Amino acid sequence: MNEALRYKLVLAVLSIGVFALFLVSLATGPAAIGFADSMRALFSSDAYEIGLIMREIRLPRAILGLMVGATLGLSGAVLQGYLRNPLAEPGLLGISASASLGAVLTIYTGVSLAFPLALPMAALAGAGIAVLVVRAMAGGAGGTLSIILAGIALSAFAGAMTSLALNLSPNPFAAMEIVFWMLGSLTDRSMVHVWLAAPFMLLGWVMLALTARALDALTLGVSAASSLGVDLRRTQFLAVGGTAASVGAATAVAGAIGFIGLIVPHILRPLVGSMPSRLLPASALGGAAMLLAADILVRLIAPERDLKLGVLTAMVGAPFFLWLIWRSRRTMV
Amino acid sequence: MKLAGWFCAIVLAGGAAAGPAAAQPSRVVSMNVCTDQMAMLVAGEGQLISVTHLATDPHTSAMVEEAQAFSVNHGLAEEIFLMKPDLVLAGTYTSRASADLLRSLGIRVEMFDPVDNFGEVREQLLRIGEVLGRKDRAAAIVAELDEGLREYTTDMSGITALGWSSNSYATGGGTFTDAVMKAAGLTNIAAREGIQGGARVPLETLLAQKPDLIVTGSTSYERPAMAQDNFAHPAFRAYVSDGKQVSVPDQYWVCGAPFTLEAVRILQMAAKARGAAN
Repeated sequence: MNEALRYKLVLAVLSIGVFALFLVSLATGPAAIGFADSMRALFSSDAYEIGLIMREIRLPRAILGLMVGATLGLSGAVLQGYLRNPLAEPGLLGISASASLGAVLTIYTGVSLAFPLALPMAALAGAGIAVLVVRAMAGGAGGTLSIILAGIALSAFAGAMTSLALNLSPNPFAAMEIVFWMLGSLTDRSMVHVWLAAPFMLLGWVMLALTARALDALTLGVSAASSLGVDLRRTQFLAVGGTAASVGAATAVAGAIGFIGLIVPHILRPLVGSMPSRLLPASALGGAAMLLAADILVRLIAPERDLKLGVLTAMVGAPFFLWLIWRSRRTMV
Repeated sequence: MKLAGWFCAIVLAGGAAAGPAAAQPSRVVSMNVCTDQMAMLVAGEGQLISVTHLATDPHTSAMVEEAQAFSVNHGLAEEIFLMKPDLVLAGTYTSRASADLLRSLGIRVEMFDPVDNFGEVREQLLRIGEVLGRKDRAAAIVAELDEGLREYTTDMSGITALGWSSNSYATGGGTFTDAVMKAAGLTNIAAREGIQGGARVPLETLLAQKPDLIVTGSTSYERPAMAQDNFAHPAFRAYVSDGKQVSVPDQYWVCGAPFTLEAVRILQMAAKARGAAN
């Protein structure tokens, strides 16, 4: 099959998949509402309570599932291309954990109550600092090992500071919420969260999408890319800023969700080819599909236990990660 | 004063059916917020010397003012031992290790379970009366409680209520919350749906069950946590916008005593307002 045609086919299948999962997500929840009734309640105001459930509880959850998933898939693909490192993704590099720390500092001090925009902005700052630290550690050569080690150190530090901040809170419930920030959840998020996070995520997507052509050139190496006229400083600004804005906002409302940014680009690369410009849109769709699926599963497996999303993504992602290490070790030898 | 107390103890002990005459304890320390309040209600002048810091916290204690008269402890064995108590009142859940340690140091420790219904409240008040040698006083308080409960026997079972707290936890059957709702004549919708003890009732389920009243605590914390986000959710705010939310200050029903009647009264008033609105 022609490669361009196959690329379009993959995008079409992923889009249909995301749309279908979005509908299933809307139809999934503890209140037993028939599919037809639930869809009707989205658009009519006849049944008051069902309308509230659909428009104010399930719709924001599905929208956030789609957007957070797309953010993680897209940023994973960009980071892998930009750092030229197959193990790069927001979770492993400590970007999500640092965004969590920023969010935690604003929520539990009460700042985000007085000034709601402080929440995504602090998470953005946390994520941005993390990307810059990782970038600095990578150096010009972009060594695989140093990036991952820097990510581990950052994750551990941000995680520890997050739990410190939560333990110091005078609210007795705060300490229990460490789990949310480490593993992520979309339970009972509302339209308020959508309006708060969506603009930053959209801005981040645009910035990340603009790196596509530079990333294509970067596959040939840094010097080849600059001789092709790629503005490396602009690319760095777009990659760092886009990751910070989108992952920061996603983490601020959903907590840190790992592995999606790692797995999705790897699964899709054989299907769309290794050109980053093709991988980016496919990874965004793939990430959205994966997170929507995970969020549907947490509601089906144990509806009353409020499972965390990161548990599911880690169950799939961690073995995959080990397999990646195994494979890269073999090629290195 | 002290002599009178001794005299009283001897008379009471003489009235008891059998067993050696237990001297009325004169240095009682309580290390649980519920025994704190029962002891303050029942103890004689000067008999109780210390209550926990929770008894002075308006979020958990309905007797903050009375508690000012006593020295404060934090449920730690060391500080309590230094108070040289001759009787320690403790809860079976809180400071278990400290209570065991005090017992091994030779101090008499009486343990009290958390209450789940008014029968247990009566039993515990009477038992406090017994160990403090103040049976008459305890009986009078139980009578006060019973008399109060009789005032609220109006059947409001057509009104459904859901006790809903932080993290969307609802209180079902077999809990003291359920007992208070029953005392107010209400139907606890969580108990009706088969929930025993506490369980998560997601906002969606709450909206689908359409309770007439949503009973929340009134505890406000110094700093926010996401556990209280459920009360700020737009869907919840929309549902309770016509006055379905009734908040009962936690201190009235964390422990059971005559002050719990205030919780019953608040619930029944809200139910009557709801009944008129329906």
